Amino acid sequence: MGWFHRRGWRDLIIGLPYLWLVVFFLLPFAIVIAMSVATKTPTAPPFSFGGAQPWVNIETYHRLISEPLYLRAFLISIVNAAGTTLFCLLLGYPMALALTRVSRSARNILLMLVILPFWTSFLLRVYAWMGLMGKSSWFNAGLTEVWNWLVPVSWAVKSLPMMHSNFAVVLVMVYTYLPFMILPLYASLERLDPTLDEAALDLGSRPWQVFLDVTLPQSMPGIIAGGLLVFIPAAGELVIPSLVGDASTPMIGRVISDQFSQARDWPMASAVAVALLALMVGPTMLYSHYQARAEGAK
Amino acid sequence: MADFLRIEGVSKSFGPFQAVRDVTLSVEQGEIFSLLGGSGCGKTTLLRMLAGFEEPTSGRIFLDGHDMAGVPPWSRPVHMMFQNYALFPHMTLEANIGYGLRHDPLSKAQRAERVREMLDLVQLTPMAGRKPHQISGGQKQRVALARALARQPKLLLLDEPLAALDKKLREHTQFELMSIQARTGVTFIVVTHDQEEAMTLSDRIAVMDCGQVQQVGSPTEIYEYPINRFVASFIGSITSFEAEVLARENGTMRLNVPDFGAEITTRDGNFAAGAKVTLALRPEKLLISKDRPLGNAVQGVVKDLAYFGKDSLYRITLASGASVQAHAVNQRRGTEAQRVADWDDQVWLSFDPSAAIVLGA
Amino acid sequence: MRRRPTFLLSILSFGFAFLYVPILSMVFFSFNASRLATVWGGFSTKWYGALFANKQVGEALLLSLKIAIVSSTVATILGTLAGIALVRFTKFRGRMLFSGLVTAPLIMPEVITGVSALIFFLLLASWIGWPSQRGFTTITLAHITFSMVFVTTIVQARLLQSDQAIEEAAMDLGSRPWQVLVDITLPVISPAILSGWLLAFTISLDDVVITSFTTGPGSTTLPLLIWSKVKLGVTPDINALATLMILCVGIGVAISGVVMNRAEARRLADERLAYRSQA
Repeated sequence: MGWFHRRGWRDLIIGLPYLWLVVFFLLPFAIVIAMSVATKTPTAPPFSFGGAQPWVNIETYHRLISEPLYLRAFLISIVNAAGTTLFCLLLGYPMALALTRVSRSARNILLMLVILPFWTSFLLRVYAWMGLMGKSSWFNAGLTEVWNWLVPVSWAVKSLPMMHSNFAVVLVMVYTYLPFMILPLYASLERLDPTLDEAALDLGSRPWQVFLDVTLPQSMPGIIAGGLLVFIPAAGELVIPSLVGDASTPMIGRVISDQFSQARDWPMASAVAVALLALMVGPTMLYSHYQARAEGAK
Repeated sequence: MADFLRIEGVSKSFGPFQAVRDVTLSVEQGEIFSLLGGSGCGKTTLLRMLAGFEEPTSGRIFLDGHDMAGVPPWSRPVHMMFQNYALFPHMTLEANIGYGLRHDPLSKAQRAERVREMLDLVQLTPMAGRKPHQISGGQKQRVALARALARQPKLLLLDEPLAALDKKLREHTQFELMSIQARTGVTFIVVTHDQEEAMTLSDRIAVMDCGQVQQVGSPTEIYEYPINRFVASFIGSITSFEAEVLARENGTMRLNVPDFGAEITTRDGNFAAGAKVTLALRPEKLLISKDRPLGNAVQGVVKDLAYFGKDSLYRITLASGASVQAHAVNQRRGTEAQRVADWDDQVWLSFDPSAAIVLGA
Repeated sequence: MRRRPTFLLSILSFGFAFLYVPILSMVFFSFNASRLATVWGGFSTKWYGALFANKQVGEALLLSLKIAIVSSTVATILGTLAGIALVRFTKFRGRMLFSGLVTAPLIMPEVITGVSALIFFLLLASWIGWPSQRGFTTITLAHITFSMVFVTTIVQARLLQSDQAIEEAAMDLGSRPWQVLVDITLPVISPAILSGWLLAFTISLDDVVITSFTTGPGSTTLPLLIWSKVKLGVTPDINALATLMILCVGIGVAISGVVMNRAEARRLADERLAYRSQA
C-alpha cells in the first residue's frame, strides 16, 4: 500500500501519540532509572549525581540486597500476588467455564453482573470488605460463631482478627482482581470449539478427562493472560495493603511510597521501583508473547 | 484500439521474493481480459499494480497512452471490484455507489441521476436505501460492480468476481457481467483461478505461473493450442506421453510413442526429425470403440469408469502400463449391459491427427 | 453439554455471592440510623442528606468530573491515533518501542507510574519553573498518559476486525488518505472510540494511586477524599456515597445492556431480511 504511507500524513498519525508517550511516560521512566543511581542529599530536589566520574552511586542497590526490609517486602509482595493469582484462578476459572455453559440470554445478564463491580469504584469495593471484616460487623460475628462451634473451647475468640493482616490483603485483592481473571478466561473459553469435546466423549473419555485433556490445555492462553493481568499489578499494590494490611510487613508498593515521601530518599525509591520492574520484566514479556500468539491465531 | 492498456516488462519484488517477473501484455479497449493462474502466480499483484496500490519495481504501465508511474490510486481512471466487495458498512447502497462521484465535476442532481442509472443497471433500485448487511451476497456484488462503474472508468478490475458465489448464482452472474460489459463498453480485467470462469467470460486470457505469463490467447487458442506443458495441463484435463519425431512429410508428422507401442500421425509442427517431444491428448478427443478403427489407434483395458449421467469418464490402461483418460458423451440411451465399454473391457482408443497436441519435451 | 453442570453452577453462584454480598451489605447499612456502620440501629436516610449537604464531597466530585472529561477526551484522540498507527502501518522506525510503550502501562503497577510522574513534574518544576504547583493540570496529564493505552487496545481490536479493503476501495474511488480516514475509518470504528472514551472516563474518575502522587494542595478528587476518610475507619456516609455510585453505574450498565440487546435484535432482523431477499 504505497500511497497510504505518504510521509507527512503518516508521520502525524504516528508522531502525535508517540511523542506524548515518550515525553510523559518514557522520559519519567528514564529519569527514575537514572535517579536510582544518584545520591540522596538534603537539598531540593533531594538528589545529586555527586562525586567523581562515573557519577553513579550503586549504594542504593547494595542496600536493596543487604537490608532485610526490602527483601522481606519483595517476598511478601510476590507471595501475596501469587496467592491472589492462584485464588482468582481457582474461583474464576469455574465461573468463566460456567458462563460458557449457560443459555445465551442468561449469559448476557450474568456477564453484565460480572462487569458491574469492575465499573464501580475500586476504593469503595475495598471499603465494603473493610466493613465486613471489622470486629463488630455481622459478617465477622457470624464467622466467629462458626469458628467457635468448630474448634475446642480453649481456642474460642470474641471476634476473628481478619483486618490488618496478610490474609485480609489477599482476600481483598482476590475480590477486586477477580473480574480481571474472569474476562480473559471467558473470552478464551468461549472461542473453543465444542465439537472437540464431543469428539473426545465419543472416543470414550469421561467428562472430567475431557476437561483435563481438551478444555484445560486449550484455555492456556486465557489462563496466562488472566494470570499476568492479576499478578503484575497485585505485586505493586498500594491501596489495599495500606487499608487492610499489616503495617509491620509492608508490601513493595508501600516501601516505594514511603521511601519517596517520608524518607525523602528519591534514589532509594527509584532503585526499589527499578528492581520491581526488573522482576516484572519476565512475566511482562510472557504476556506480550502470549498476546502476539493469540492475535496470530485469530 | 489495440494497446489501450500496455504493460511493458513489469516486475515486482517484495524483498527477495519476486511476485511478478518481466510481464508484457497489451489489452484492447472494450475487451474482457482475464489473468488466470493458481494462487501465488502473481496475478493479484499485477492487478494491484494496475490499480495503483503497488508500484512496479521495474517496467512501465501505459493506460490510453499515459504513463501510470507514480500516479496514486485516487488519481487513476481505474476502479476495482474487490473480492469481498468491500462495501462501506455504515453507508446505504445509494451512498456507496455515489461515493466516488463527488470527485467528478457534477452537480448534485447529476450525481443522483447517475446513481439511479447504476442502480437500474444492476437491478437494485428498490434496495437503494438499505445498508450492506441488509442484502444478500449476490446483491452485494452487484453493488460493488455498480460502485466501480459509476465514474465510468477506463479500466475496471475484477478480483475473483465469482469466487464467493454458489454454483447457480455464479452462472447467472457470469452472463450478467458480460451483458453489463457489452452495454457499458468498459474494458474489464478479471483475475481468477477458476478456468471455467475465465473461459466463459473472457475475450482473451493470459495464463500465469510463477510471476510470468505463460500464454496469451482466446479461450479456444489456450485450450486447443497450448504452447507448453503448464498451460496444457492447467486448463481442462489432459494425458501426456513421451514421443519422438520420426519424420515430417506432406504437412503431417509421424511420431513414435513408446507407451502406445505404435506410431501415430499428427499435424505438422515445428520440430526436427529425431526430436524428443510430448504428445498430449484431451479426453474428449479420444473415441472408444470395440473394433479396431482406421488411423491413430491404440488398445487398452478399461480400469476405471465414472458415470455422470450425461457423460462418462474412462481410465484406460494400455499394454505398456500407461494410463489414459477418455471422455464419452452418453448419446445412446440404454442399460449398463448395453454400454460401449465397461470395467475390464478390451477397447480401442482412436483420435484424429488434428486432435493431437505436440509440445516440446 | 446437555446435562446440567451443577458443580459449575454452584461455584458460579458462590462466586456471585462473593462479589455481591459485600456490596449489598454496604448498601444495606447506608440506611442505618446508628453511626456504627456495621451494627443495625434502625432505618434512616439521614446519611444521604448529610452527603448532599457536604460541600467537600461536591467540590471533589466536580474536580473529578472535570479531570475525567478532559483527560478521557484527549486520551481518546491520542489513543485512537495510536491504534490506527499500530494496525494500518505495519512497518515504521521504532515500531517495537511504540508497541511496548502502548502495552506497558496496562500491566505495570500504578505505584511505579505514579512515582515516575511525580519525580518528572518536580524536576521539570525545578528546571523550567513549570509546573509550579501540582493540581488539575498535572493530574490530567498523568491520567491522559495512562488511559490512552486502554483506548488504543480497544481501537486496535476493532480495527483488526474490520476489512482493510474498504479503505483501499475508498482510495480506489478517488479519496485521498485523509478523506478515507474521515469518511471510512473513523465512522467504522466509532463504537470502539465511544467505548474507549467511556473506559478512559471511568478509569480517570476512579483512579487513586496515580492521582495521589500527582496531586497538590487544594486539588482533592473524589477518590482521594474517600481514601482519606476511609483511612480513618468505616462510616455510613461513605456507604451512602457508595450506594449512589453503584446506582449510577448500575443504571448505566443496564442501559448499555438494553441498547446492545436492541442492536443485536436489529442485526438479526437485518440478516433475515437479507437472506429472504436473495435475488
